[in-house]
Amino acid sequence: METEFTPITSLLGGALIGLSAVLLMAMHGRIAGISGIVARMLPPSADKAGLPQGITFVFGLLIAAPLWIALTGTIPDQVISAGGPALAIAGLLVGFGSVLGNGCTSGHGVCGISRGSARSIAATITFMATAFVTVFIIRHIVGS
Amino acid sequence: MRNILTLISGLLFGTGLILSGMANPAKVQNFLDLFGSWDPSLAFVMGGAIMVTMPGFWLAQKRATPFFSDMFHMPTRTDFDARLIAGAATFGVGWGLGGFCPGPAVTSLALGSTGTLIFIATMLLGMIAAKYVASPSTAKQET
Repeated sequence: METEFTPITSLLGGALIGLSAVLLMAMHGRIAGISGIVARMLPPSADKAGLPQGITFVFGLLIAAPLWIALTGTIPDQVISAGGPALAIAGLLVGFGSVLGNGCTSGHGVCGISRGSARSIAATITFMATAFVTVFIIRHIVGS
Repeated sequence: MRNILTLISGLLFGTGLILSGMANPAKVQNFLDLFGSWDPSLAFVMGGAIMVTMPGFWLAQKRATPFFSDMFHMPTRTDFDARLIAGAATFGVGWGLGGFCPGPAVTSLALGSTGTLIFIATMLLGMIAAKYVASPSTAKQET
């Protein structure tokens, strides 16, 4: 399905994400990578010392949508076209891949590129490439 | 103070994802659909974020230490290994398939869609599995 191109709100939303990452760096000296923050809280070898900080950050993420709805009176647009089995596989791949590759869209894509990290740039090019190919296959080969 | 700022950081991140449209998997998948209903918005989200983080990180690291920690926990590795590329490639397939990555998925939890719940449940399983597979010495999360 079509979605509207939103350059202004996307740029502004991106800036807020950037601000969050800078805040986390200035306070805790940590990269705002969501996969890393979540994975560090999980067994085995959960980072117990960083647990309160991780839970607090994730809690902030979780209350963003309810606060958005309360303040704007609108529910964020969301269309999830993948079915249950596809989402289950997608979740496994995203979880496994982000831990194995040490990062996701935020950690490698935003923070890593900002630091000029060659590893993050390579990772971002790689996941963009496989994601483009995946969407091409599901929409234009399987879906057509 | 420290907890409030961490909470605000998470809240800013989630609000940024919602405002930018990235909590909507259809918008993410449309960015990835170059030959279909292409929506370039995601590039603007990354651009907007990097425009802030690039100078912001530089400024933050002018201090000897972060405000609430005794050191900057910066990734130090510079080598390319098969794990980095295999992990990123795997992540990309899942990202394209569902239109979700970890940040938007967690942010969407409160919207209560069954699809999000399924994705988050298996994502956590995938993360735990990868932590078991990766040896403890090298499993240190970079990001």
